[in-house]
Amino acid sequence: MEKAKKRQFGIVATLISILIFFGAITIMAIKANTTHQGTDTLERVKNAHIMTWGVKADTKLFGLMDTNDGQIKGFDVDIAKAVTKQIASDLNITIEPIFVQVTSSTRIQLLKNGNIDAFAATATATPERKKVADFSKPYFSAGQSILVPTKENIKSVKDLNKADKTILGVVGANSIINIKKFAPKAKILALNDYAQAMTALKAGQGDAITSDNGILYGMSMENKGYVVAGEPFTNEPYSIAFDKDQVPITKATNKALDEIIKNGSYNKLIKKWFSKVPGMNWRSLER
Amino acid sequence: MIDILLKYFPQLLNGFWVTIESSIIALFGSLILGTIFAVMQVSRNKITRIISETYVEIFRNIPLLVITLFFFAFVAPVAKKIGLPIDGFTAGTIGLTLYTSAFIAEVIRSGINSISSSQMEGAVSNGLSWWQAMRYIVLPQAFKISIPNLGNQFVNLVKNSSVLAFVAGLDLMYNANSIAQNTFDSLNTYFIVAIFYLIITMPISYYMKHLEQRFKGGAH
Repeated sequence: MEKAKKRQFGIVATLISILIFFGAITIMAIKANTTHQGTDTLERVKNAHIMTWGVKADTKLFGLMDTNDGQIKGFDVDIAKAVTKQIASDLNITIEPIFVQVTSSTRIQLLKNGNIDAFAATATATPERKKVADFSKPYFSAGQSILVPTKENIKSVKDLNKADKTILGVVGANSIINIKKFAPKAKILALNDYAQAMTALKAGQGDAITSDNGILYGMSMENKGYVVAGEPFTNEPYSIAFDKDQVPITKATNKALDEIIKNGSYNKLIKKWFSKVPGMNWRSLER
Repeated sequence: MIDILLKYFPQLLNGFWVTIESSIIALFGSLILGTIFAVMQVSRNKITRIISETYVEIFRNIPLLVITLFFFAFVAPVAKKIGLPIDGFTAGTIGLTLYTSAFIAEVIRSGINSISSSQMEGAVSNGLSWWQAMRYIVLPQAFKISIPNLGNQFVNLVKNSSVLAFVAGLDLMYNANSIAQNTFDSLNTYFIVAIFYLIITMPISYYMKHLEQRFKGGAH
């Protein structure tokens, strides 16, 4: 009798604690969603005189941590700086850009939580993403391509469309969804970041890495014996992302982008970052 | 939340099975390895003691992720040459087995040590060999004493199996990451995944409690 009672008590106590646990999480989730809504990013930036940008820190050419001085450097970072400067001068105030390191898998949550105001992190505006975030005009014309070992005879993505081929990518990257259309027979594996994908490729865990050509060119610069094969097979330009329904800052950013393209500072940045990349037609990127 | 669950249910279920598969292999693998190393540690032979102590200290003190990446990135190319492909699932499960076995070895060793040494002496003086005494007298009692701690280790093992996600092992966490990215809704996705993990770990907790009750008072 006693035992049965004890057991009953145990089960009831467990159920109640589970309910409390999930209830608390739900309340927290609702709170997290509501507290952030209604704050206007542009207002916040104006008042704080600080604009916090999420940028990649593991992607050569776009956002890479320089271990000598701890600064993140790349095309995305410079575009963010130029846009911030332009918005500030349009508004006649000073705004200091601050950079926070993000990855493909953390960037949207950081944006939603309000840890960052915007991100320029090699992100393509897809219809599904547009449901949860606002995107600026494209600031870089990227397209998907493949990186393969030079010694393997892979000329284009068609050579990978076989059941015994494995294509590597990065979790959260759009390319991993797209590649299924171009090489439906191949096996696809997603690693955590590009460094790990490169390690996996070197370890023979896959036959190619797929990503945007800009990122792949950066990887081929750092890794001898690996080349970008064939022409890009998609058109997926990069855009700056903001939280959903942040119309004022999106408009201000679009205006700033137009202005830096017009005054030539955009082309300077293109030249600065892409003129040294072997095999890349950087003139075609100019606007 | 419901729409994510419905839309991605097949994908989540695939990951769920992979997690269970990896956990079961690692559970039995680490229990066997752990027991062997525990017995080696209490044996009278100095060399076996040193071997097992080194093993336990190495695998207990290195992060699971590092062990897994070692097999994924360094052992795999070598193994491939001799015709043994190691993919993310294999690397993760090996890492999980070795890592957990080091902890289980410690749990069972402490179980063995808690059995009075006079039992071993008595068994040996009654004509049993050291091995027989270990096998029939000491180990069964050590296991009973170790059950609560073993339960902890098994629950940890299931949760640690999320290391497979790092090496593209296609487990529950791997699929969760990919769904969270496709939907941009990490909160609800990981919430669903938490429930899936509970479905695996809760029965383990309860079963271990049940075993503990059953053997209560049996060994002293």
